[in-house]
Amino acid sequence: MTAAPGAVRDRAALAQTTASRTRRNSVADSVMAVASGAALLIVLSILAVILFDVIRNGLPRLTIGFLSEAPRNGMTEGGIFPAIIGMLEMVILMTLAGVPVGVATAIYLHEYASPVSPVTRAIRIAVANLAGVPSIVFGLFGLGFFVQFLGAGIDKVFFHGEKVFGQPALIWAALTMAVLTLPVVIVATEEALRAVPRELREASLALGATRFQTVLHVAVPQASPGILTGTILAVSRGAGEVAPILFTGAAYFLPQLPKHLSSQFMSPSYHVYVLSTQSPDVDATQPILYATVLVLLLLTFALNVAAVVVRSRMRRRYTGATA
Amino acid sequence: MRHLFVNGRCSYPQVTTPEGAIAMARQKSISARIVVPPVRPPKLTLAPAPLWHRAAEWLLRCLAVSAVVAIVLILVFIAKEAAPIFYSAAVRAEVTLSKMWVPQLWPGYDESASIWQPVSEIPKFGVWPLILGTVKVTLVAMAVSVPLGVGAAVYVSQYARPRTREIVKPVVELLAGIPSVVLGFFALMIMATWFQHLFGLESRLNALVSGVALSFAVIPLIFTFAEEALRAVPRSYVEASTALGAARWQTIAQVVLPAASPGIAAGVALGLGRAVGETMIVLMASGNAAIISASLVDSTRTISATIAAELAEVVFGGAHYTVLFFLGTLLFLTTFCINTLGDWAIRRMKIRLGGST
Repeated sequence: MTAAPGAVRDRAALAQTTASRTRRNSVADSVMAVASGAALLIVLSILAVILFDVIRNGLPRLTIGFLSEAPRNGMTEGGIFPAIIGMLEMVILMTLAGVPVGVATAIYLHEYASPVSPVTRAIRIAVANLAGVPSIVFGLFGLGFFVQFLGAGIDKVFFHGEKVFGQPALIWAALTMAVLTLPVVIVATEEALRAVPRELREASLALGATRFQTVLHVAVPQASPGILTGTILAVSRGAGEVAPILFTGAAYFLPQLPKHLSSQFMSPSYHVYVLSTQSPDVDATQPILYATVLVLLLLTFALNVAAVVVRSRMRRRYTGATA
Repeated sequence: MRHLFVNGRCSYPQVTTPEGAIAMARQKSISARIVVPPVRPPKLTLAPAPLWHRAAEWLLRCLAVSAVVAIVLILVFIAKEAAPIFYSAAVRAEVTLSKMWVPQLWPGYDESASIWQPVSEIPKFGVWPLILGTVKVTLVAMAVSVPLGVGAAVYVSQYARPRTREIVKPVVELLAGIPSVVLGFFALMIMATWFQHLFGLESRLNALVSGVALSFAVIPLIFTFAEEALRAVPRSYVEASTALGAARWQTIAQVVLPAASPGIAAGVALGLGRAVGETMIVLMASGNAAIISASLVDSTRTISATIAAELAEVVFGGAHYTVLFFLGTLLFLTTFCINTLGDWAIRRMKIRLGGST
């Protein structure tokens, strides 16, 4: 017995359409893989091209002298020593002001607050939105609040109206930057606290420790790599941002290093901005400009790599401990 | 066997243990008569926490609201500096809301126009050139960064081996860590020249160059969010789709991407917020000409760049100063709305995936 001719034809047609569909699908599959792979390649090559260009043009000028000398001759010679010192002072002040507050917020959010209370929700919404506020708005805020309100207020009370703190100053730039980097610290610290196993806290409580002792002696030490990560990322961000310090304390050139909280300061990031947009002689300043960009880039890369290493080590510790 | 007699009726076997008595007492027929005291756990008393612990906890609570205080202070203090536009006679003599938003017939011009010339003889504060510039640059940035960011995330989460992912993620974080002033510098020095040669452009610095440079800052954000959202899609979705005969691309395009869409949308929203507010890149690479033009290759000026470029040279409390703070408030509120939407999308993503696994 043989099958009806119609059925044979149907089966043949079916096999053919299946084959063509398979072929079409395999083509579409490879198109998708290639397209998405190309997107990834483009993203990675952006980084590579920027790095290559800055290193090629910046490296010849990057010497020890460049890091240890003051600029000379209208910024066409010398180095960026005062800018590096200014940035260091600003970043240290920023860390001292911002990190404790950020860590405290994260501890409260993770160790104390009920996850559904309106206060907790308000804090979370505020942190998420603070991270998205444009940096130039922080600059406006620094000028309006710190310089014009706090600074002028301090002058009125302590300096009989003489302008000391009521003008752009190191301390105001650092405080503005501390507010800007607050979410970075909070998010990193909370993530680290979340990774600390529950059992450690329970063991501590079972041994009779109070909640605060548990937080202070168990949770925070265990989460310290995460706090370090947050601090490093905050420093990296603070060192690179320009917009918030535009009106709150950065200066193009100063004959002296900043000695007082109310002095203005130089910063490599601001240096890059001014040199590349307002330089009277672009060709003469270009080598210095490239070297400054390279310093900035190496600094932020080193900090980011450090953050990644600390974080991955922390993760390995916990996955190793629970496995 | 001995029996317990209650009211002269034989009811239950005699019990010998307390547990038995309790079990028996719970039986309906005699519970009315035998009262068993409830079993209470022994009361544990902890020594009261030292005073300084409680003080420290109180301090912690105060510091924790700092983020809320910060965001309120930001809004209050930039709005405070912008407020004179509504009541100060000196400011209103030069600029009012309608002069900012409605095109005016300026002396020397044939027809009414919205013009931004705050330091000319007759200061003109028409905001439309700035808003158009912001929109243009943002659109270019998003048009570049969404396909690249999502595409790279699809590759890393669906095709790449885990080792590739371990390398790619930190590298993208490095890209995210590049200061925006460095990206601006790169756009100004290198990309502008390339683009000019490549497309034969008239002006070196324009919306296209700054938009593409801006996308470098946005791509890492979108990539990170999209990648995490794509990886969070449960395996069972993929398995079900494959079992139904879908090809791999069909599974990705019709199952995985839609399931991850709230997370991707959150990344796009945050990227949009960043693009609208980013300052240094556009300040350095857009050319800063406040002109109304639909062309992407004309020099252009954004709201954020205007604030950054002009605030250093204005009279404190004057009309120009007030208008710049007004623009800052506008920028703050815009990004606040965009970020809140993004936040909402993240929460939806969590609910959606949390409910299905």
